[in-house]
Amino acid sequence: MVVALLAISVGAAILSGLVTIYYDVPRQMGAQFRNYGANMILVSSGTDTEFDLDAVQDAVSLISGDELVGVTPYRYETVKIHDQPVVAAGTDMNGARTTSPYWHIEGEWPAEGQALVGKTEAEHLGLKVGSTFNVTYSGEGDEEVTDDFGTDMTVSGILETGGSEEDYIYISLDELEEIAGDGSLDIAEVSVSAVKESLNDYADRINNADLGVSARLVKRVTSSESSVLTKLQALVLIVTIVVLVLTMICVATTMTAVVTERRREIGLRKALGASDGSIIGEFMGEGVMLGIIGGILGAVLGFVFAQFISMNVFSSSISFRPLLLPVTVIVSVAVTGLACLSPVRSAIDVDPALVLKGE
Amino acid sequence: MSLLQLKNISKIYGELKALDDVSLEVENGEWLAIMGPSGSGKSTLMNIIGCMDKPSVGEVILDGRDIAKESDKGLTEIRREKIGLIFQQFHLVNYLTAVENVMVAQYYHSLPDEKEALEALERVGLADRAKHLPSQLSGGEQQRVCIARALINHPEIVLADEPTGNLDEANENIVIDIFKQLHNEGTTLIVVTHDPEVGEVAQRMIVLDHGKIKTDRVNPDFGK
Repeated sequence: MVVALLAISVGAAILSGLVTIYYDVPRQMGAQFRNYGANMILVSSGTDTEFDLDAVQDAVSLISGDELVGVTPYRYETVKIHDQPVVAAGTDMNGARTTSPYWHIEGEWPAEGQALVGKTEAEHLGLKVGSTFNVTYSGEGDEEVTDDFGTDMTVSGILETGGSEEDYIYISLDELEEIAGDGSLDIAEVSVSAVKESLNDYADRINNADLGVSARLVKRVTSSESSVLTKLQALVLIVTIVVLVLTMICVATTMTAVVTERRREIGLRKALGASDGSIIGEFMGEGVMLGIIGGILGAVLGFVFAQFISMNVFSSSISFRPLLLPVTVIVSVAVTGLACLSPVRSAIDVDPALVLKGE
Repeated sequence: MSLLQLKNISKIYGELKALDDVSLEVENGEWLAIMGPSGSGKSTLMNIIGCMDKPSVGEVILDGRDIAKESDKGLTEIRREKIGLIFQQFHLVNYLTAVENVMVAQYYHSLPDEKEALEALERVGLADRAKHLPSQLSGGEQQRVCIARALINHPEIVLADEPTGNLDEANENIVIDIFKQLHNEGTTLIVVTHDPEVGEVAQRMIVLDHGKIKTDRVNPDFGK
């Protein structure tokens, strides 16, 4: 019986723990995936619409504050450094920290009068952390240079990403405006901690709001996230089912051993007038009690197990779901009940005349 | 009308006839001993009388009901209401005390009543051993607990299978004295035994041989 109780407790603990993780994985994985960059971009919805910070702000106001991780606007202009054409990205550095946490910076994030230079561009221009350079704006096409003397800036850090970001220099939006004059944004990156369906919903809301802003999902990120989540949840589900089946087999084996061990007692009880219903009631009663006790123990142990997994894998705690306690107990009782069917069947088949016979 | 009537019963296992056209009547309050060598059909006859088996052929009328026609559920009910069983191996539940073992029979019959169970133990001289586990009792004491359990629901018939088979002479005499006392109180006793001493103290004795009743005689010295 102790073995059966242990089996049910372990089974219930894994059930409770994995179901907790199953429901918490989207949140945990969402947070993990946000390290890989924005999963939504905002662009202008037409040529005659104003795509500025206000439009971006209006658009992100449609996203739940709990789920919005960060938003970063970008304006790209071609400038000249050491008479070489370079693409300068004006952005909000605080926003970039949240939407692009994977950026590796040798040096510091830029302050006023400073710039972040992509590694490729730094090598091309011969710039290092602490170097100073002069930026001039050549204008688009045949336009005249807006500032003949240019703007002096210092390299605060070299950006390494292994991607196209290394081809740009990054300065604040205000400084780009000072260098290149007024202009509209080209793109805004948005990082949202939500599953694919919610992201689609947010994109639809922004697109239907007629803000002059068009929202698109970064399929590379959202599809990977959705695919990993689906596979992870399927894995958790399969493991849970396998564990429950193993628990059932263990309980059935133990109960069969108990029935075999108590065949004489069962025979005696039947000889004394115990009906099949009484025998079923006694063994199923024991099974249900095992299920209840094992289920409660398992639910508690399962939460500890889930918390341990969450802390070690995702480095964040997990919240207790009260509904999981009755669900775990009910599933444990059902599994125990099913496991008891065969042993109970053999108990009611005991022939008292045979088991109580003579020697 | 007799309490128990067996009319031309046979029990057939394939080609083997464990009982062959046996007819027998047992009156209310009678003390009957069933004797015979191994394989003579004693156990089969006891199982049928104890409602743990049914004959292949014939009628078994117990208190007006034909048990040959009863379902398993019906047999269980008759066993519970009308039969008290005493076993050679005692068959006490080893994790229950003497009084709890007696109360097991009450549990399936009506409601467990410790006071009544203690009285039954007192009747067999074991009131002071009521709280002992079977492992703390001698063989004779265990058999007396078994007798108390058989009597607790006031059965129509007390059916004993080799009740002294595992006892020494002193305990055998104690059990025989209890049987005498039960008979004097009007209890119907059917005792299956190998032991001639146990058989010969009964009021009537039948001897089985190859599934047939070879001898059926009343003890002329009974009661003397």
